[in-house]
Amino acid sequence: MITTDICIIGAGPVGLFAVFEAGLLKMRCHLIDALPQVGGQLSEIYPHKPIYDIPGYPSINAQELVDNLMEQIKPFHPSFTLGERVEALERRADGSYDVIGSEKTVIHAQVVVIAGGLGSFEPRKPEIPGLADFEGRGVSYMVKNPELYRDKRIVIAGGGDSALDWTVFLSDIAREVTLIHRSDSFRGAPDSAEKVFALAESGKIHLLLQSNLTSVHGNGTLKQVGVTDKHKQEQRIETDALIPLFGLSPKLGPIAQWGLNIDKSAIAVDTTDYSTGVERIYAIGDINTYPGKLKLILCGFHEAALMAQSAFKYVHPAEKLSFKYTTVNGIHTF
Amino acid sequence: MEETIHITVEDQHGGIRQLEIPEGINLSLMEVLKASEYDILATCGGMALCATCHIEVLEGGEKLDPLNDAELDMLDTLPDASDVSRLACQIRLNPALDGLKIRVFGNN
Repeated sequence: MITTDICIIGAGPVGLFAVFEAGLLKMRCHLIDALPQVGGQLSEIYPHKPIYDIPGYPSINAQELVDNLMEQIKPFHPSFTLGERVEALERRADGSYDVIGSEKTVIHAQVVVIAGGLGSFEPRKPEIPGLADFEGRGVSYMVKNPELYRDKRIVIAGGGDSALDWTVFLSDIAREVTLIHRSDSFRGAPDSAEKVFALAESGKIHLLLQSNLTSVHGNGTLKQVGVTDKHKQEQRIETDALIPLFGLSPKLGPIAQWGLNIDKSAIAVDTTDYSTGVERIYAIGDINTYPGKLKLILCGFHEAALMAQSAFKYVHPAEKLSFKYTTVNGIHTF
Repeated sequence: MEETIHITVEDQHGGIRQLEIPEGINLSLMEVLKASEYDILATCGGMALCATCHIEVLEGGEKLDPLNDAELDMLDTLPDASDVSRLACQIRLNPALDGLKIRVFGNN
């Protein structure tokens, strides 16, 4: 078990800066993020895009901002759990929390700060009746271990890069690969698309274009999928596995189940300290909402500062908080 | 005098309404739909990342600028996209859009 003062859920720019503001008040932080690296969207989605509204920087690349934030919080020795999504929050009798991750990591903290941005990026699932019943019983939304498909019959649905790449890769491993795509062309990397067409021509894979996955069938485990073509004719395909690859979509995920006040996928907070309605739980950055909310990094930074001032009473209940400027007081590491 | 852009919108339940939008407004179609209280999340705020502002263009598709790469890439990954699918966040309002007819499609 990891023990810390503040557990920050989300290691994007606002979560990272919260470490600094907490550190000034002698509060240690542990960050947990579903992505395998820090930086949130900035590192994952637009690392090379310039950001123009960070005070003091006329222009700064997203990744550079993340790198600078990491440098800025170094004195406060934050620790990280990356590549793990938070599944649950459990409140202890003394009011503190255990934050429990999908890989069973437990982080014990006096205060929980949700800096989850858009939420965690999760596979987008097609709307097909009964599909969820076969999850883990033939249906998976990502390929974790390609060897599981050795000598199996598989159906992949989707037209993006990952659908193309996995079709090419698994065509050497699986006994039979069928790729279903709603359009008659692919927008993905031209290389991968060419390979897929070549594999189809040589008969190594089945390529069903202008077709949609419309039904799933089986008895406990997946046995067949239904594919409907542009003439609305459905055919059944015998298969051992179905891998729908329709990209990732940001979802609030388990956070929605924590009894917080959720308003249109965001957590309602009190703007005096960015606390949620639940004691010791704060929400800062893009994941919160309040009248006049702007989803800007700089607003998230401000929210982090006010949050830290308020969280202090839970971490150091016997101490009196006195506000100090870094220019006067410097940075006292621990 | 300022002109008005008329856009006919069909919601997820089949309800049809005409929006009248002042011409000078510098917004995306997603922002207008949100402001008009349509049930769309638009989680990513207009970066073509989440596809929660997925719409279908029923009439007037020729009035729109062609799809950009980010929009095409995102639409290609969607399970329920069609040939007339667009992301409302990638459509900037301009007077040429007068008479457009769309269906608000996704809210996943």
